[in-house]
Amino acid sequence: MSDKELDLPVPDPGLEEHPPRFTDVDPAAADRSYRQIVAMLAAVPVLVIAFLVVYFAVPRDAELILFGSTFKMQTTLLGLTAGFATLLIGIAAIAWARSLMSDEEIVGERHGAASPPEARERVLADLEIGIDASAIRRRKLLGTGMAGALGMMLLPAVVSLADLGPWPTAEERAKTIEKTIWAEGVRLVTDVTNVPLKATDLVVGQLVNAQPENLEHLEDSAEYQIAKAKASIIVVRMDPNSIKIPESRRDWQVDGILCYSKICTHVGCPISLWEQQTHHLLCPCHQSTFDLGNSGVVVFGPAARSLPQLPITTDAQGYLVARGDFTVPVGPSFFERDSLKDFQEGDR
Amino acid sequence: MAKPAELNPDSPALEVKTPPTSRETSKLAGPVTWVDDRIGLAKLAGNIRKVFPDHWSFLLGEIALYSFIILLLTGVFLTIWFKPSMAEIEYAGSYALLRDVRMSEAFASTLNISFDIRGGLLVRQIHHWAAMLFVAAMTAHMLRVFFTGAFRKPRELNWIIGVGLFSMGLVEGFAGYSLPDDLLSGTGLRFVDGLIRSIPLIGTWAEFFVFGGEFPGTLIIPRLYMVHILLIPGLLLGLISAHMALLVYHKHTHWPGPGRTNRNIQGYPFFPIYVAKAGGFFFIVFGVTVLMGAVFQINPVWLYGPYNPSQVTAGSQPDWYMGFVEGAIRIMPNWEWHLGHTTWSWNVFLPGVGLMGLLFTGLALYPFIEAWITGDTSEHHLLDRPRNAPVRTGIGVAGMACYAMFWLAGGNDILATQFHVSLNAVTYFMRVAVFVVPVLAFIVTKRICLSLQRADKERVLHGSESNIIVRNPEGGFSEAHVPLSQEEAYTLTRHPQPKALVPNGVKVGRVRQTLSRWYADGQVPKPTAAEVAEAEHHGAIEGGEGDERVLEGSDSGDAH
Repeated sequence: MSDKELDLPVPDPGLEEHPPRFTDVDPAAADRSYRQIVAMLAAVPVLVIAFLVVYFAVPRDAELILFGSTFKMQTTLLGLTAGFATLLIGIAAIAWARSLMSDEEIVGERHGAASPPEARERVLADLEIGIDASAIRRRKLLGTGMAGALGMMLLPAVVSLADLGPWPTAEERAKTIEKTIWAEGVRLVTDVTNVPLKATDLVVGQLVNAQPENLEHLEDSAEYQIAKAKASIIVVRMDPNSIKIPESRRDWQVDGILCYSKICTHVGCPISLWEQQTHHLLCPCHQSTFDLGNSGVVVFGPAARSLPQLPITTDAQGYLVARGDFTVPVGPSFFERDSLKDFQEGDR
Repeated sequence: MAKPAELNPDSPALEVKTPPTSRETSKLAGPVTWVDDRIGLAKLAGNIRKVFPDHWSFLLGEIALYSFIILLLTGVFLTIWFKPSMAEIEYAGSYALLRDVRMSEAFASTLNISFDIRGGLLVRQIHHWAAMLFVAAMTAHMLRVFFTGAFRKPRELNWIIGVGLFSMGLVEGFAGYSLPDDLLSGTGLRFVDGLIRSIPLIGTWAEFFVFGGEFPGTLIIPRLYMVHILLIPGLLLGLISAHMALLVYHKHTHWPGPGRTNRNIQGYPFFPIYVAKAGGFFFIVFGVTVLMGAVFQINPVWLYGPYNPSQVTAGSQPDWYMGFVEGAIRIMPNWEWHLGHTTWSWNVFLPGVGLMGLLFTGLALYPFIEAWITGDTSEHHLLDRPRNAPVRTGIGVAGMACYAMFWLAGGNDILATQFHVSLNAVTYFMRVAVFVVPVLAFIVTKRICLSLQRADKERVLHGSESNIIVRNPEGGFSEAHVPLSQEEAYTLTRHPQPKALVPNGVKVGRVRQTLSRWYADGQVPKPTAAEVAEAEHHGAIEGGEGDERVLEGSDSGDAH
C-alpha cells in the first residue's frame, strides 16, 4: 500500500528534534569519553605482548585450574589475550562513534527499485536493435543451433562425472553392498581383541560384540572399514525356552546363542544397547528397538526391517563359526534391495 | 518508543552554527586524485555518506556476515595443518591416550592441530564456535526479516538469496563437522549414507557416486574437504556479495516513526559513523568468538576417538542446526514399501530429504504466497510491527514451534533420561506435537497480536498511564492518563491494515478469496481521525491535563 492510499488518523509530525548528547554539551564528559577510548586502545598493545609471551613461554602441556575446571593453559591464555584485545578494539570504535562522532541523523531519499521508464524503454529499444543487428531474426537456425550446441555441451560435463564411483549394477551390488566377508566356517572373534569365541564362553543373558576372524587380514587395506561397516555382529545367549525360534532358523543357533548384524536397518548405526531381561536391542542413534528373542523383529522406532540374523554353528574344536553369509543384505535400505526375504513377525 | 529529552533552550549546543564556507583543499586530494585518475574511484565509491538506519535488530545479519569472515580467517589457518586423507596410520603424536591407535590421517592431523600446534586448538574451537554462530545468526536474521515483512517487494529476490545462504550454510557446517573423521562425525556420515541411499530410484547410484563406492571408502573425506573449503565457500561468497549489493541498492528498510515514510530513509551516514560502528562490531563479534574458543570447549574429538564403524555412543547428536532433521528421523513411523524387488524407504527419505526440501521451498516461496493472498503489489520500505500482521506473525511462530518440536525430538533419549520419562512416550508425544503445537502456537500468537493492536488503539485514544492515582471526593480511585505525543500517536497509527480482497472488476478465485479473508480476519480497526479528534476533545474539557479513568469498572467508556 503506498503512502497515498494509507489513511493517517494522526498527521505526520515530521522528524523528531535532535537532542544533543551529554558529550555534546559537557566538554568534561567528552574529554572523559576520549580518555576512556584511548585507554582501551592503549590496552591492546599490552595484551598483544602478553599473547606473544604466552605463545613462546607457556609449555604446551601446562594446565590451568579455574573455577574447578581444568583448562589447557596455552590455549586459554592465548585466547583470553587475543580475545580481549580484539574486543577492546571493537568497543573503542563503537564508543568513539557513539560519544564523539557527530550523531546528527541525516535523511536520504528513496527511489523505487525500478529504473525510470525512459531507461527501461531505452534498454528494450537497444535490445531490439541488437537482436536485429545479430541477424538472428532472419536466420533463425543461428539461435536454435547455438542454444542446442551449448545444451549439448552439458552432456560431456555431466557424463565426465560418471566415474565418480563404480556403478551399482546388479552384479556390482552383489559384490559390494549385498555381501559381507562372512562365509561358511569363518570363526566369530571378539571385537577389538580378536579372541575366537566358544559356545561355552557365553552365559545366558550375555552379549558380545564380535567380528569375523578374517577381518584382521584386511587391516592394512582400504577394504577394512568397508568390511567392518557390514560384518560387525553381536552374539547373544538367551534361555532357549524364553525366546521364539522359528522352524526355519532352528539350526541357525547353538543352544540359545544367536548372532545378529550389529548394523541398524534404519540408517546403519552400530547397535548394542542390550536390555537383558526383555531381549530388546536398542539403537542409540534413533532408538529403533529390535527383539532378539524373536528373530530381530522391530518392536519400536523408525527402523522398518528386522535385524538380519547370521546362521552359526560350532566347528570341530567347539568354536562358533558362521554357516555362511547373511541371507539378506545388512544395513540401511536401498532402492534395489529385495526386502521381501527379510524376516517378518509370523514367518516360520 | 523513545521520546526526545527535554531541551534546555539556553544550551550552547543549540546555537545555530554555520559550517565554514571556504573549504581548505583537503589533504587527501593528492592520493584521491592519483587513484581516481586511474580507476575512477569517485564514481566507484559512490556515496560514502549513504544513510543507514539504526536498530538493534539490524545487527543480526551483520553477526552472520562477520562470523563468515571469522570462518574464512580461521579456516585458512586450519588448512595449513589438516590432512584430508583417509589413509590409516598409527598415531604417534603427543596425546598419550591414543598413541599407537590406528586412525585416519584426517583424525591424526586434527589431533595434531589440537595438541602439537601452538594455538591450534584455540583456532579449531573459534572455527567451530563461529560456525555455530554463523548458522544461528542467519536464522535469527531470517526471522527478523520474516516477522517485520522486510521480504516484501522489492526485496523478494534478496530473500531467496538469503534462503540459499541459509541452506548452504547448513551443508557447509555439516561438511566441516565430518572432516575430523572422529567417532561422532563418522556416525553422522553413516547417517548421511543411509539418507542418500533412501532416495527412491536413484539412491544407490547417488550413494556410490558420493562415496566413490561403498560406505565409508577412502574418498569421502577428501571430497567433503573440497566441498567445504572451495565449492560452498565460493558459492557463499558470491551469494553474500549479491545479498549485500542488493541491500545497498534497495537501501535498508526502516521502522515506522515520525517523519519516516516509504520515500525516505533516516539514519546515520556510512562514513564515518557506520565504518566505526559496523567495523567495531566486527571486532566485538570476533573478540567474543575468540573468548568462547578460549574458555568453552567444543567438539573434543580426542575424547571420541577415531571413527570405527562398529562403535557409537549413546547420546550421539549432530551440531544444533541439524537437530531438526535428526528429530524428524527419530520420530518418523517406520513406513517402508517393499514393492516387487524394490524398497522405498519413506521412513528415512521423508523426514530427511523431504523435510529439508519442504523447509527451504516453503521459505523461498513465502513472499510470493503472501503477496498472492493479499494482492499487494506495492513497494515496502517501512517495516511492519509484527502485531500489525497477525496472520503472518502467527504463521512465523507456528513455523518456529514446529521446528522446535522436531528439534526437541532430536534429543528424545536425553529428554527421557533427564526427566525420567519413557522414551517411547516421548517419541509418541512428539509425533503428535509436531502437528498440534504449531496450530496452538498460531492461535495463541494471533490472539496476542490482536490484543496488542487493541492496547495500541487504547493508548492512542486514551493516552498513557501516568502512574498517578487520584482519589475523588466520593472516595473512588482513578489513574490519571496523559495524552500521547503526536510522534507516538502517529507511529501507532500509520500502519496499513490487511484487507480482504474484493473482486473488483478483476476475477479473484475462490481459494484466494478465502485465504485473503482469513489473512485479514479479526484486525482491530485503527482509530479513525474522527475518533482521535473526539478523544482529544474529551481530554481537553474533562481532564484538562489528562484523561482520568476509574480503576474499578475498568471498561474504557466509564471515565467520560
